[in-house]
Amino acid sequence: MKKTGNQLEPAAANGLLDRRFFLAGGAGLAALAAGGARAEPLAIPEWTKKPGAWFTAYGQPSKYEAKVGRGAIVEHNPLYESGPGSVRTPLQFLEGMITPNGLHFERSHNGIPDIDPDRHRLLIHGLVKRPLVFTMEDLARYPMTSRISFVECAGNSGALYAKAAAAGTAQALHGLLSCAEWTGVPLALLLDEAGVDPKAQWLLAEGADAASMSRSVPLAKAMDDALVCLYQNGERIRPSNGYPLRLLLPGFQGNMNVKWLHRIKLTAAPTMTKDETSKYSLLLNDGKVAQFKFQLDAKAVITKPSPGFQLKQQGFYEISGLAWSGNGKVAKVEVSADGGKTWAPAALSEPVISKALTRFRIPWHWTGQPAVLQARCTDDTGYTQPARDVLIAARGNRAAYHNNAITSWNIAADGEVKHVYV
Amino acid sequence: MSMFKRAATVLIAAGFCSRAFGATETPMLGKPISPADLAPWDLSIGPDGAGLPSGKGSAKEGKQVFADKCSYCHGSEGQGQPADRLVGGQGTLTSDAPVKTVGSYWPYATTLFDFVRRAMPLNEPQTLTSDEVYAVSAYILAANGIIKNSEVMNAKTLPKVKMPNRGNFFIVYPGNLK
Repeated sequence: MKKTGNQLEPAAANGLLDRRFFLAGGAGLAALAAGGARAEPLAIPEWTKKPGAWFTAYGQPSKYEAKVGRGAIVEHNPLYESGPGSVRTPLQFLEGMITPNGLHFERSHNGIPDIDPDRHRLLIHGLVKRPLVFTMEDLARYPMTSRISFVECAGNSGALYAKAAAAGTAQALHGLLSCAEWTGVPLALLLDEAGVDPKAQWLLAEGADAASMSRSVPLAKAMDDALVCLYQNGERIRPSNGYPLRLLLPGFQGNMNVKWLHRIKLTAAPTMTKDETSKYSLLLNDGKVAQFKFQLDAKAVITKPSPGFQLKQQGFYEISGLAWSGNGKVAKVEVSADGGKTWAPAALSEPVISKALTRFRIPWHWTGQPAVLQARCTDDTGYTQPARDVLIAARGNRAAYHNNAITSWNIAADGEVKHVYV
Repeated sequence: MSMFKRAATVLIAAGFCSRAFGATETPMLGKPISPADLAPWDLSIGPDGAGLPSGKGSAKEGKQVFADKCSYCHGSEGQGQPADRLVGGQGTLTSDAPVKTVGSYWPYATTLFDFVRRAMPLNEPQTLTSDEVYAVSAYILAANGIIKNSEVMNAKTLPKVKMPNRGNFFIVYPGNLK
């Protein structure tokens, strides 16, 4: 830790401290501690003086955490009984890198199907030597792989294309993002069993939902690290996330990780489905349309503090957030408290895993003056996420998808946190 | 060099380690299925039109199908709300308020058939006949001025329809756009 006598030396302007402050055991804390009133006298609470509740078959969060839920991003349309929609992960209320299953974001194109696993089938056909059908019981007997991987909708953070900074929490702006441990059968094993024709370069993955949602996937990705998943964080995948079977394509846009997977067709060329032409393509400034941008580029978001938080007094705060890259591991996260003029490196919480969310932290001493907090991620390819004006200059405002610009949270003198552009 | 290292070197040289999951033993439980038996699931239609079913329809027939099955969500003339706008928007893609429709944005007419057949109408997908899907596809294309009202869409004509925005699409993969 950089110290001069007993004084902490800032790592960047506006109160950012050295990330090693935590490791050094907080020397100098006394100098920063807010003086204050004494604590209330202590009494024995009633829950200590009577037996607690009995067990339940499936545990639920504390009733005192009822605020931690997935808000809908669009008003439920009265014309539809269920239909298309999404709900977002409340990033600002969570810690660590894993998203609880009940809080994983959801996007569906025509409701959540009620699939009987005994009647569900996976068909592999097209440019293969042997078209094959697998039951879920069959797949459960195959060798499995587990990996921790984020899933992010390509439309996540799309609000940052808007010309004025949208009001919203981390959840509303960036909550189409979650991370779980996924377990399943490597797709390569199943493709090998079917015998891939050398003419095949792509495959179509299709769901059994009422949208029959379908996407083309490069065969190279399927053979590299694609998983046909049965489990999410140790339990069978939730219906809303694809029960009983979903495709996982680590680092690729969420929509391609097809839920309720029931068909894979090997093809020579992309099928050009609705969701890979009219949607999930990027309309650029000159009217050209970039298609098949699959990887989600490096991004970082500060979750604490973020809009909805109210800083109550000046003094010590931990800034914490999530960083990730669809192209590899997070190599570095830097944080600024002065709108990007000066930066200090944050500490990365282990484990740091390729194509998984990574938790970062940095100590901060808020002086009570206005501040603009930013975080930016650099991945192990050497790529650093761009400032918003740089991204917009390169790509325009109409691209809708794959916005990985730096987010700015303004801290007002009264401690209110708001999304702003700088 | 140990036997193990030598074996690993041979495997690498042979390409077995070129991907995350090497040659792993599996129970080989996949059951073969004939093309006829899997046909009901083989719904996808690529840009070459391969797999398009028999049947036909023009905008004239499609107008009624659209009114009965589509207009509730897409508007009486395909103007949208509450669901996507399907008609118009040509010339808006470089403006401040781009309007992405089948006519202004979609690069392939085959996608229209594929999507309508698999997913529309929202409240009862996969209930339209092939004739109805061809007809309503023709209606949407004609409403966008891409084909004439009298033109018949079928397995031969639909893949030949030239979508106005086709030339603006370019493929990023295997590169990346940053």
